[in-house]
This record gives sequence, structure tokens and C-alpha cells, in this order.
Amino acid sequence: MDMATAVQTVERENYLNSNYGIKSWLFTTDHKRIAMLYLVSITFMFWIGGFFAMLIRLELLTPAGDLVSSDTYNKLFSMHGIIMVFFFLIPSVPAVIGNFVIPLMVGAKDLAFPRVNLLSWYLYMAGAITALVSMVTGGVDTGWTFYTPFSTTYSNTHVIGVAIGIFITGFSSILTGLNFIVTIHRMRAPGMTWRRLPLFCWSNYAAALIMVLGTPVIAITLLLVALERAFNIGIFNPQLGGDPLLFQHLFWFYSHPAVYIMILPGMGVISEIVTCFSRKRVFGYEFVALASIAIAVLGFLVWAHHMFVAGISVYAALVFSLLSYLVAIPSAVKVFNWTATMYKGSIRYETPMLYAFGFIGLFTIGGLTGVFLASLGLDVHVHDTYFVIAHFHYVMVGGMVMAYMAGLHFWWPKITGRLYPEAWAKLSALLVFVGFNTTFFPQFILGYMGMPRRYHAYPPEFQVLNVLSTAGASILAVGYVLPMIYFLWSLRYGELSPPNPWNAVGLEWMTASPPPTHNFDETPVVTWEAYDYEHQPQEEVSVGQ
Amino acid sequence: MKPTDEHISPQAHIVPVSLYVGIWITLMICTGLTVFAASVDLGIFNIVVALVIATLKGTLVVLFFMHLRYSTKLTMVTVIAALFWLFIMFSLSMTDYLTRGWSTYASR
Amino acid sequence: MASSDIQIAEHALQHHFADMEQQQETSTFGMWMFLLTEIMFFGGLFCAYLVYRSSYYQAFVEGSQKMNIWLGATNTAVLICSSLTMALGVRAAQTGKSRLMVVLLLITILFGLGFLGIKAVEYHEHWTSHEFPGPNFHFETGDPAHPATDPQHTEIYFSLYWAMTGLHALHMVVGVILVSWIVIAGLGGAFTPSYFTPVEIVGLYWHFVDLVWIYLFPLLYLISKKHGG
Repeated sequence: MDMATAVQTVERENYLNSNYGIKSWLFTTDHKRIAMLYLVSITFMFWIGGFFAMLIRLELLTPAGDLVSSDTYNKLFSMHGIIMVFFFLIPSVPAVIGNFVIPLMVGAKDLAFPRVNLLSWYLYMAGAITALVSMVTGGVDTGWTFYTPFSTTYSNTHVIGVAIGIFITGFSSILTGLNFIVTIHRMRAPGMTWRRLPLFCWSNYAAALIMVLGTPVIAITLLLVALERAFNIGIFNPQLGGDPLLFQHLFWFYSHPAVYIMILPGMGVISEIVTCFSRKRVFGYEFVALASIAIAVLGFLVWAHHMFVAGISVYAALVFSLLSYLVAIPSAVKVFNWTATMYKGSIRYETPMLYAFGFIGLFTIGGLTGVFLASLGLDVHVHDTYFVIAHFHYVMVGGMVMAYMAGLHFWWPKITGRLYPEAWAKLSALLVFVGFNTTFFPQFILGYMGMPRRYHAYPPEFQVLNVLSTAGASILAVGYVLPMIYFLWSLRYGELSPPNPWNAVGLEWMTASPPPTHNFDETPVVTWEAYDYEHQPQEEVSVGQ
Repeated sequence: MKPTDEHISPQAHIVPVSLYVGIWITLMICTGLTVFAASVDLGIFNIVVALVIATLKGTLVVLFFMHLRYSTKLTMVTVIAALFWLFIMFSLSMTDYLTRGWSTYASR
Repeated sequence: MASSDIQIAEHALQHHFADMEQQQETSTFGMWMFLLTEIMFFGGLFCAYLVYRSSYYQAFVEGSQKMNIWLGATNTAVLICSSLTMALGVRAAQTGKSRLMVVLLLITILFGLGFLGIKAVEYHEHWTSHEFPGPNFHFETGDPAHPATDPQHTEIYFSLYWAMTGLHALHMVVGVILVSWIVIAGLGGAFTPSYFTPVEIVGLYWHFVDLVWIYLFPLLYLISKKHGG
């Protein structure tokens, strides 16, 4: 009896057991398997990026630059940023969760272009390998921002190799975005109108718009950097008549909207979770949906707020400052609407909801500090300090990574057919929250007090806060290691999941966990509104202990 | 079953050969025109004339050779989005370059 | 013939689509989205061009004088002709005239190769005149009465010339490969009036490449009144 129940297996045929062997995975066109391929790849890249973060925080334990040389330190923060931005955050929710869940959510058998989807993954891998090889054989020290003329002329590191790696991975992102947009337009099941679409789809659609419109610009910009470096042509080199600010304009034209590529899918996850764990439909569905589109559009109009002190015209700076204030509005609308959704809802505190709470609080702090940075005078004071670093880690880690964790936990039963252990998951969420704030809140203070970023040495009066920050980072690391362990554990020993363990509303919950390869036995016909929790029977939510 | 914007699929529309040939002739004439205009000194308007002719040519290619005239509204929105996003990139960048020379302080 | 036409179409229907019409419309929309990304890709170069031209107009005028307007105009005409044959080729596929389609597409390929050949001639000319940016760049107007006013920024003009036309030529090469693939598939009887989507979307790509050149020509070759050849 014990042997039989100790290791449960899924009897039914599903996308995981329909085919075995490495070729059935490497040549798959099933969006669910491709999502899993991405899960493995980006998790690997996350730990490499985290490794560089660990070295940075270790160096910053002491005021002197004594762990590594300044050149090496430049490489550490550059590679940490490049890997985390391009190879982890940008693909994270779209490529892992979006790939898996979007066709299910719209009632389709697959994305519009399954083979292009597989190509996306191979491009991601090719880009990641190219960048990693360049990093292992010497790295880059230009910062993830590749500012010229240092990157084009003076740096002695593998700029071209890493730039090519990012270029290739950029096309992975473009094709994924293209696939999502076409799928959401053309592959919706009968009855699935735009107004019934889950907000996760709206958010990923908005992010996909940015991927498609913005990524090509950074692609051509990095190509120009590589050409300039190879042929010494001088488009961005002032000594040869070029303008380094042109590089910055073109770079940030993508890289600012890129932060919305990163956060929008996370916001989509939060929308799904808040409604399910409040047992209440989203307050102001249309506003949340349109806010996603507004963020995508407005996000393209603000890029030069990264260049306020770089030498742009002050009149242009004024314009960009005003536009940057505007872009905060749709994000605020979302936060208000999530809060209003929870009001008078029947709140459940399972792990996904804990991460969602964390997201809402920390994203708000991060977002507000972004508004501070949009103010010209304030930016002059805190630009290139730890204030900026704290700001973007609040939105990206406190916001986005928490949303990613929330999504992984929420859809884990659907993806794997297993329940993760709830107690360990709650503990990890707590460790992440405590560790995160301990790491990054001191950095707001450090930045305001004047500690510059990208320096491996600092004045001794900043040491206490730096030590606190490093201590927080070690707690945060534990918070990330634990899910690695228990998620893997759950694959074999986790309790089997029913089709809808959260009793959630949505097409993806109306098929088996894990789903069959073809997703639905019959194409669903949608006759209900989105988040119709009023009519969802209040069954006991079955989550493993 | 699948969302379509039009009753008749755009692919069902067959453009007559004469229309294609007519567009081609117009494009060739415009090319000749633009080369001719380059031999006349119009000062700053040389480039304006050249771009107007180029845009006319481009519009004909997109509307008729690329069948935008017979395509869905969604396709039209895609083309407009492209133009709009180019416009954003060009115009907002130029707010910097065009105003750098403006002095914040009184000129000497 | 009609039944095998439908059989070919059914065989080409991918499993995740409800019917052929959905597949056709989805594929076409997908190609338009891809062209959107290509517009933004070239757009970065056009933005650089706009910035530098507006700041260094005279340098750009002088650089542009060194372009061979006749070769450029011929290339423009060649591409326009290739667009005609491409459009007629797609129409032939649409009306079931498979052999005519193959002939028209082969002519399109010839026009494309002709464009690349003329481009090669131009590149060779500019290369031997030291008009390739880098340490060997050396610019002279060729008119002793009007020496170069701003050779440093004329070098930037040439950087953009090589980058923009080079990227365009690369896209032409890809276009020629794609059209060749359609020709081979067409010879194998892959396309019918019920299924010719690949022909249509390769056509869209080809016309787009033509469209880019329609703008490159005046921007690079016709900046100002030509002073000489």
C-alpha cells in the first residue's frame, strides 16, 4: 500500500509522456514542450547571472576594492546585467508561462506558428551560448548598456561576441512576440471575444507589441557597434565625427520599452492570481486591459530619461520628463484595480497570492521611485547612484521575479500534473520577501547619500548598509534555491493534481493537468465572461500540504 | 470558427494584369521624374520632391503589389503602426538634435 | 484536376488550424508582422541618417555627388520590373498557371541578380576610390575648385551608404533564395489556386525589399542637384 502511493504516476496520456527520447524534445513543435525547454534554459542562465551578483555583493562587503580588480568588477556587473536582462527577464514569463498557457487560454491547439516557436528557442540557445562563450573567454566590461565610444573603441573585451549573442537572442524575442500577436488575433476559439480574453493574454499581447516594434532597433544598433569596432568607422565616435548620444538614443529606444516587455507579462500573471485568490472578477477589466496597451505605447515615448545628464538638449529633456510622468499612470491604474478586486473578496493565502501581495507592494515602491527619477532635478542628484539600482531591482526583482515565481507556482499543477509542497513554498516566499527588502532597501539610502554605481570601492561610511545589503542577498538566494529543490522534488513525489486545483476560471483549467498534446479533446465554445467567479462553484480548493 | 474581418477572403481577389502593368508604368515614370528633378537646382526642395515621389511610389507598391488595397483592416493597422513607430523614433530623437543649439542663456 | 487541387490544399493544412482559410490569413498576417519588424530594423539606420544629414548637410551633399546616379536609377528600374514580375507570378499561382508562375519567378530572380551585379560594380568603384570608411578612407570631391568642406562627416555619409545598401543587398540575397525555393516547389506542383500562400508571402517580402530601395535611392543618390556625372 505504501509503495503504491509513495510514488504516484499519471496514467493518462499527456504532452509529457506522449513521446520519449531526446529527439522528441529537441524537434518538438508542441508549445508546451517548447515552454519546458525554455524553463530549463532560462533557469540555467538565472543561476549564472546570480553567480555574478554574488561576486558583486561579496566585493561590496568592504569599502576597499580588494576581492577583484576594477577591470574584473566592470566585467562582473556587465555580465550580471546582460544575462539577467536579455537571457532571463525578457524571456521569463512570455517564453515559459506564455508559451505554455496562451494557446490554452484562447482555446487553440497551438500557437499560430509552432515551428517558428521552436526556432525561437534555438535562436535563444544560440545567442546564449555565443554570449556565454564570450564571457568565459574574457567577458565584457562595458556595462549592459554598451555606451560608446568605450564599447566601440577603447574597451579591450569581447564586445562583438556578446553583442552578437544578444543580437541572435533578440530575434528569438521578436519571433515569440510575432507568434503571440498573430495567435491572439487569429486563433481564438469561438466565443472568445477580446472582452473575454484573460488579462494575461492582454498583457502578453502588449509586451509582444513592444518585442516586435522595439527589438529590431537594438538589433541594428548592436550591429552598428560591432561594425564600428571591426572597421573603425566612427558613427558613434566623436573623434571621427560621430555622436555617442546617437548610440544612446537608439539603444534606449528599445531598452526602455524593454523594461515593459519584462514587467507587463508579470502584471498579467498578477491579474490572473489576484482574481482567482479573491474569488472575484477583476475590477475594471477594460481599464486593466487598455492600461496594458497604454503602457506599451507610452513606454516608447520616454527613453531619453536615461540620458538627462548625458548631454541632450534641456528642451528635449523637458519633453521626455513630462512623458515619463505620464507612463506611470496606467501602471497605477493596474495597482488600484488589483486592490479594488481584492476588496470584499474572499482571500486565500496560498503561495501564488503571497507572491502577488509582494509584487503589488514592491512594484508600487519601485514604480514610485521611478517617478522620482523622471523629475529632472532629482535625477541630476541620483543618476548613476545606487538609488537607480534600487529602483530597477524593486521593479524587476521585487516585481517581475516575484510575478514569475507566482506564475510558476500557480500553473505548476497544470504544467506538471503535480502539486508543490505548500509549506515549503510559503517559507520560500517569506525568505524572498525578507531577503529582497534587506538587500535593496539600503541601496535607496546609499544612492541618495551619494554612493555611485559600478564602482567596486566606496567611502567607509557606506559599509554598514552595504554589509546589510549583502546579508539580505544571501537570504534572497536561499529563497530562490528552495523552490529549485521542491519543484524538482514534486516532479516525482508531489501529490497528483486534479485538473483545476485552484478552482480557477479559465480555459486552461478546463483541460487535464497536464494537458494532452492537442490541448482540448474538442474545441471549446466560450459563452461566459472573463473571471466569472460568481458562477464558479465554491468547491474546496485542493492544494497539497 | 476563425475571426475574419471580411466576407470575401482577401486571397480570393484577383487583380487584373492591366492594373499591375499600369502601376509598373507609373513607377517607371516616377523614377524618371525623380532622376530628372535631380538635375534641376531646387535648393532645399530637391530632397522634398525626391521624398514625395518616393512616397508615391512606395504607396503604389504597398497598395497594389502587396495587395494592401484588398487586405483586412488588421493589415492596414499593421502598416500604419509601422509608420507611426518610425515617426516616434525620428521625431523624438530630433527634439534633441534640433534644440541643442538653442541657448538657455542670453546670447553674447 | 480540381480534386487533386483540393487534395494538395488539404495535405498542406496544418493540424492546429481549423481550415485552409484560417491558415492562409494567419500566414499572411504573420508575414506582415515580420515586415513590420524589418521596417523598424532598417528604421534605426534611417534614424541615424536623419540625424547626421540634418546636422551635416553639406558633407552629405558632397558625398552624394560621388554616387553614380545612372547606375542607381537603373537599379531602381530593375527592382520595379522585378516587382511586376513577382506580382504577376503570384497572380499566376492564384489562377492555377503553375508553369507561367515558374517563368515569371525565374525572371524575377534574374532581375534580382542583375541588381546585385550592378551593386557589385558600384561597390568596386567606391572601394577603389577609397570611399570605404575606416583607416583607408580618403575623400576628394574631384573638383579642385570645391575641395571637401567636411571630410570627417562625409565619411559618416559613406558609413551609412555602405551599411544601408549593404543590409539591403543582404536582404536581396535572402529574397533570391526564397524565390528560388518557391520555383523549386512550384516545379514540383506544390501550389494550386487553393494553396499558394507561400508564393504570396514571399511576394510580400520581395516587394518590401523593393520598397526599401525606393527610399534609399533618393536619400543616398539624389540629395542635391548633381554637379557632374
